[in-house]
Amino acid sequence: MSVKLDETLTVECETGNYHTFCPISCVSWLYQKIEDSFFLVVGTKTCGYFLQNALGVMIFAEPRYAMAELEEGDISAQLNDYEGLKRLCIRIRRDRDPSVIIWIGTCTTEIIKMDLEGMAPKLEWEIGIPILVARANGLDYAFTQGEDTVLAAMAHRCPEPEFPLREQKEMIKKVFAFPSREKEELHEYANHPSLVLFGSLPSNVASQLNLELRRQSIKVSGWLPAQRYTDLPSLGDGVYVCGVNPFLSRTATTLIRRGKCELIGAPFPIGPDGTRAWIEKICSVFGVEARGLEEREERIWESLNDYLDLVRGKSVFFMGDNLLEVSLARFLIRCGMIVHEIGIPYMDKRYQAAELSLLLDTCTRMCAPIPRIVEKPDNSNQIRRLRELRPDLAITGMAHANPLEARGISTKWSVEFTFAQMHGSANARDVLELVTRPLRRQSNLEHFGRNTLVIKNQ
Amino acid sequence: MKLAYWMYAGPAHIGTLRVASSFKNVHAIMHAPLGDDYFNVMRSMLERERDFTAATASIVDRHVLARGSQERVVDNILRKDQEEHPDLIILTPTCTSSILQEDLQNFVDRASIISNSSVIFADVDHYQVNEIQAADRTLEQVVRYYLDRSHTHEALDQFVTDVPSVNIIGIFTLGFHNQHDCRELRRLLRDLDIGINQIIPEGGYVEDLKELPKAWLNLIPYREVGLMTAMYLNKEYAMPYISTTPMGAVEIAECIRQIKKKMDTLASGSSNKRIDYEPFIDTQTRFVSQAAWFSRSIDCQNLTGKETVVFGDATHAASITKILAREMGIHVSCAGTFCKHDAEWFKEQIQGFCDEILITDDHAEVGDMIARIEPSAIFGTQMERHIGKRLDIPCGVISAPVHIQNFTLGYRPFLGYEGTNQIADLVYNSFALGMEEHLLDIFGGHDTKEIMNKSLSTNIGLIWNPESRLELSKIPRFVREKVKKNTEKFARQKGIQTITVGVMYAAKEALST
Repeated sequence: MSVKLDETLTVECETGNYHTFCPISCVSWLYQKIEDSFFLVVGTKTCGYFLQNALGVMIFAEPRYAMAELEEGDISAQLNDYEGLKRLCIRIRRDRDPSVIIWIGTCTTEIIKMDLEGMAPKLEWEIGIPILVARANGLDYAFTQGEDTVLAAMAHRCPEPEFPLREQKEMIKKVFAFPSREKEELHEYANHPSLVLFGSLPSNVASQLNLELRRQSIKVSGWLPAQRYTDLPSLGDGVYVCGVNPFLSRTATTLIRRGKCELIGAPFPIGPDGTRAWIEKICSVFGVEARGLEEREERIWESLNDYLDLVRGKSVFFMGDNLLEVSLARFLIRCGMIVHEIGIPYMDKRYQAAELSLLLDTCTRMCAPIPRIVEKPDNSNQIRRLRELRPDLAITGMAHANPLEARGISTKWSVEFTFAQMHGSANARDVLELVTRPLRRQSNLEHFGRNTLVIKNQ
Repeated sequence: MKLAYWMYAGPAHIGTLRVASSFKNVHAIMHAPLGDDYFNVMRSMLERERDFTAATASIVDRHVLARGSQERVVDNILRKDQEEHPDLIILTPTCTSSILQEDLQNFVDRASIISNSSVIFADVDHYQVNEIQAADRTLEQVVRYYLDRSHTHEALDQFVTDVPSVNIIGIFTLGFHNQHDCRELRRLLRDLDIGINQIIPEGGYVEDLKELPKAWLNLIPYREVGLMTAMYLNKEYAMPYISTTPMGAVEIAECIRQIKKKMDTLASGSSNKRIDYEPFIDTQTRFVSQAAWFSRSIDCQNLTGKETVVFGDATHAASITKILAREMGIHVSCAGTFCKHDAEWFKEQIQGFCDEILITDDHAEVGDMIARIEPSAIFGTQMERHIGKRLDIPCGVISAPVHIQNFTLGYRPFLGYEGTNQIADLVYNSFALGMEEHLLDIFGGHDTKEIMNKSLSTNIGLIWNPESRLELSKIPRFVREKVKKNTEKFARQKGIQTITVGVMYAAKEALST
């Protein structure tokens, strides 16, 4: 894939002193997505404390994750790691009987060089449950990249397709298709190679995207991850894959290199513009003529009018912590907002190439200034810039949200975008619902005054 | 290696950060990987802090693993020094830096030569101490640092104040109802005509710490944090201290009497008038605090002999146990604490006030104990509240760890005479609600159920095909009914008989317009 970007789009890099969630937080949504999984985070009290507090009430719902808490004896190698993990995994098998146990390696296992990848196959053979290893640690990754490491590990476990067999079956089906079937079943799929989408989405959002593609007679053969570990999609030579989230570059690389899959590099299906571009790109790769997309996008934009009136002309500043920033910024610019800065933990220009060029197109189209992209931002520099720019909205982590609000800068907590349903055309409204919430509250409280609520003029 | 889902006390660095961020103009720099600054989120969320939390991380990443932190930590310290001009910078180790075994003290020494701020290295080991112990140590370390420094500069003024005064030690950020307790203590001391020399660490300046020895004695409201500082001041400056927690009418009286005793000893040489506090204690207990009267009232009679379980940190669990048993006549079947390091003190305190004692930091053990005893009410932490929910037993939260709802905007002290009122409400409401539930159960529950069910039966004449029914079941429960209703409404408008997945999402889109 060639990376051809306009010279006007530059990516700066700062010190990397920024606030974000630890990537082990991915267990919170992945254990819910993969129903028969169990996540074991091999780390210290610090990791446990983070999970316990960040996941709030979930922790009381007997979640399918736990800490393998390392004690001093483990660190100084007085205890046997393998025996320790075996003991815990046997207990997990007894109590929960999962189809897969996923070990999450942390900073500590990295530093003491605990050989999780070496131990997993041995233990897997011994206890009879698949064990995956994902190194989702804060030394290397930020927040959502945790999911990337898990999916990359999972990609290795996807079965080889029984390709010829399946194709034959499909052929036979098509030949003998009887018109007496139910209406929906009649929907003919174009004859295209198998397509697997990757990225963890709530299952109803995944169905929505499946449906969008079905309208173009494109069939989604499977998702990585599937609802159950036992339903992982078949991957192999000639299978096309496409990402739905901007933070999945390792997974993409693994699918290309190990899975021998073809990657469809498209913008991400966030916002009606992104969704349309995403579908169009998939269609074009398969040589399918996209139908009715323009009208459909038009209709969605029309339905968003009340929110668009609220955001038009307002300015946004992304402090950056979850890698969704470029896609969101592109959508918001298309909504008529001005984006000052896109902070982002990590920028894979190859994986995000299509998204970046859509960002540029959008800026040109909307006559908006091209935002600066800041990789590995420095929060204290950013706060200085925020004070100068005074944007209408800062999209930021919870560490800064209240202090900024107290200084009269409206904020939206960025983590909500990670958990909100925002993929596909139908969910564009949910994104704007989030973005406009602080603006709407602002206008509700307008007559109350007192926007700055700190004593010193800091 | 152990399997853990939940912990009562956090890791050591949290304790250090809580102390550091309670002082004014003190900055903590964590030597930690990305994501370990979750403390800032907690402080900003739970305490609803308006100011940026003065804690940042000096990030440990791959490069640091390969080459060591080298200049990075020193640079970060000097940068903070330049940008914020703090009085003190505390370099805070985390579990990660504990294993890296870099010579952080050396970085601190180097930085302190150049920087205008004082710089110290928090002397806490992740694998030896927990959050509470680390907070206790860090507070002592900071106090010791400033007193030693003043000592060498001979700037230390050791003359005590003319009028009786105390230091309150151990009020700090993210502490359970600490802000309210502090206000209540101020009021109590004012009523007793005793001055307050300093309150640390919350809202204090480190540069003022050299004035600590001017107080007549130290008051340690919570024994988890502050005791080490008090012992140090006692040893080095012969300052007496009182660590009786003024929680519950009996203990408040005890605390006041101890204060008086110490004051009398100190004042014996001077001409200060002696005050008799007994009438004050009597009036407050009988008339200002409602708790003593409440215990006598008919309401409270119904609580006699009711079984309960108490669990929390040592201070709160011990005090509440004594209040329940001694002041309200409630039967405490089991009292326990997760402060294993303070188990002896705890056992001694509640001896005779409960049937059994449980010392553990494993929430499953606490859960099992509660399930076995089946008390009428639980008094514990947020974890016990959830155990209670599962077992249908009401719970009053009396100790950290806590959620945002325990950082109330309204005035809710646990200490002092107003504290006794608050505790009485908490206890009574927990039991009363339990009784209400019980009665509802006996009499067949709220009679609104029927009506609510009727309003939901809208699915006449519409068929959900299996695929869409499956899809519906995947939607989170709290919005499922709404989605169902809206989809059916949409289908009826369009004259659709069979609801498919396509119809569901068409309905969602249509609704967005």
